[in-house]
Amino acid sequence: MKTGEENPDMWELRLYVAGQTPKSITAFANLKKLCEEHLEGKYKIEVIDLLKNPQLAKGDQIFAIPTLVRKLPQPLKRVIGDLSNTERVLVGLDLRPLKE
Amino acid sequence: MTKAKNNIKSLEGLPKCQTGIRGLDEITDGGIPKGRPTLVCGSAGCGKTLLAMEFLVRGAAQYNEPGVFMSFEESSEELTQNVASLGFDLNDLAARKKMYIDQVRIERSEIEETGEYDLEGLFIRLNHAIDSIGANRVVLDTIESLFGGLANEGILRAELRRLFRWLKEKGVTAIITGERGQNMLTRHGLEEYVSDCVILLDNRVEGQISTRRLRIVKYRGSAHGTNEYPFLIDEKGISVMPITSIGLQHDVSTERISSGIPRLDAMMDGEGYYRGSSILVSGTAGTGKTSIAAHFANAACSRGERCLYFAFEEAPSQITRNMRSIGIDLDPWIEQGLLNIYAVRPTIYGLEMHLVKMYKMVREFKPKVVIIDPVTNLIAIGSDTEVKSMLSRLIDFLKANQITAFFTNLSHGVSLEQTEFGISSLMDTWLLLRDIEIGGERNRGMYILKSRGMAHSNQIREFLLTDKGIDLVDVYTGPGGVLTGSARAAQEAQERAAELMRTEEIERRKRELDSKSKTLEAQITALRSELEAAQEEVNKLTQQEEIQEKAQAGVGAEMRRLRKADVSSADDVRYKK
Repeated sequence: MKTGEENPDMWELRLYVAGQTPKSITAFANLKKLCEEHLEGKYKIEVIDLLKNPQLAKGDQIFAIPTLVRKLPQPLKRVIGDLSNTERVLVGLDLRPLKE
Repeated sequence: MTKAKNNIKSLEGLPKCQTGIRGLDEITDGGIPKGRPTLVCGSAGCGKTLLAMEFLVRGAAQYNEPGVFMSFEESSEELTQNVASLGFDLNDLAARKKMYIDQVRIERSEIEETGEYDLEGLFIRLNHAIDSIGANRVVLDTIESLFGGLANEGILRAELRRLFRWLKEKGVTAIITGERGQNMLTRHGLEEYVSDCVILLDNRVEGQISTRRLRIVKYRGSAHGTNEYPFLIDEKGISVMPITSIGLQHDVSTERISSGIPRLDAMMDGEGYYRGSSILVSGTAGTGKTSIAAHFANAACSRGERCLYFAFEEAPSQITRNMRSIGIDLDPWIEQGLLNIYAVRPTIYGLEMHLVKMYKMVREFKPKVVIIDPVTNLIAIGSDTEVKSMLSRLIDFLKANQITAFFTNLSHGVSLEQTEFGISSLMDTWLLLRDIEIGGERNRGMYILKSRGMAHSNQIREFLLTDKGIDLVDVYTGPGGVLTGSARAAQEAQERAAELMRTEEIERRKRELDSKSKTLEAQITALRSELEAAQEEVNKLTQQEEIQEKAQAGVGAEMRRLRKADVSSADDVRYKK
């Protein structure tokens, strides 16, 4: 969790879901795939289930589900939806596609 | 009326949630629908957020119903600051778990949308907030911000529908605010989802004066007022005034109260005005309307009654100073809290706002007497019909509460017996003050034009302002016509002189006759003494004759003696005697 401080290149991502819904599962799968492709070895994904921890929704200003939050590097970025459109997720996370 | 309303309630079984906002619960016949969402819409700056916030604060403070405020626009710090000026301490309420403020910040630039999503996060947040304090009340202000933050309107609309259904299932009484749209009540058609109760707020500016108004657009399953009701936002929050004509069902009193001027009371059966009646004093400038009003206020306070004085022309200190000059000291009443002089320029608010303000003050101060001085100034800010409608509602309201209303009316020009907006028909007693110009003087005359339900004098009285208050004196009515002021005084002096002359004349004649009879008597005495003198003369002469005779007889005897005559001759003399 605290690896961000040790490794400045570390990406800290949070995926907010509400239970094991199809959308959440799709989103997690899409995220995993994307990270493997673009951020291999320098990312950390934390999945937060708001049904279990509803109080956490306020802190990260979550209203849509699923929401992906890029905690690190700064600035904070949010991507909502099941992350099915890879291009848009990359834009949203400020991750230029590696292959031009 | 109330019975019918109760029937409706029991029939429909529609439970209501009291908002605690003054007036709103009356218009809605008990509050907004309990356990259902209510839409409050209106353009920017018309008080939506405040109404919603007051709903929560009142709920927490008065009904022990905690509330959740979900703000899509302002932060909780901003909200706290904004309503602190109204005496609402949100931090305290939050600390006591009576209030939960959650700001949902949606920045379009920070958000990227990819694929399918829903607003479950919002539901979870709201649910968590409601459960954490056991809230009964919820405010969503303004949920339409979501339309600005999210691109997929299809998802949004479906989710909103679900949200309102969810709120109902949750059983919370909710207020959802919405910005006024072009052709719709709200910009994004929220009224489509919230169909139980819709309240529209409005802030109109007419002639540079803005008036806030509230209207219940719809209220399913409940009777409600349909008019536009003006409302105030002041240091105590919102007050809506359900000001409609209450009708003519009010009880009337037979109690009489003094006008504060003994001679005026004398003109009205000797008892003064009826309690709870409406009194109008009209007159041109400087005829003493305010003085009569001040007497009435003074009389009310002397009886220990509270008096509320609306001054539209003078400052309170000016009124008290001026009244001191005619021997009325109002200051002690103000200090004792019996008299409240509320001075305000009529142009400061619209007519409806004035009415609302007056209602509010009457309700708070609970006076027995209300004075409006002058009512004419209100015409400057409204049309005739507006003024008349406002005054009739005000009078109805005051009468229903058995409050005696005293109005002064500044009339202009020739037609004194005509009020500008035809309010005379609303008045029970109408006193008219007029200038009477005679002999280069201007004097005040007063008469009772009408006074319903009592015998009253038909005479004109001269109206004097002395340093001991108002005095009414009889005017001179004689062969020379009606005279007042120094003309009256002169006429009276003239009459006194004539009277004096008459009595002097009689005296003189009396004296004349007296002396004449004295002369005559003197003459009688003189004649009598003349007569006595004459008699005395006669007596004297007789005596002399006797003496003479005697002497002659004596002489004869002597002569006879000397002549030695017969006795018979002597006898002859004796015989002769």
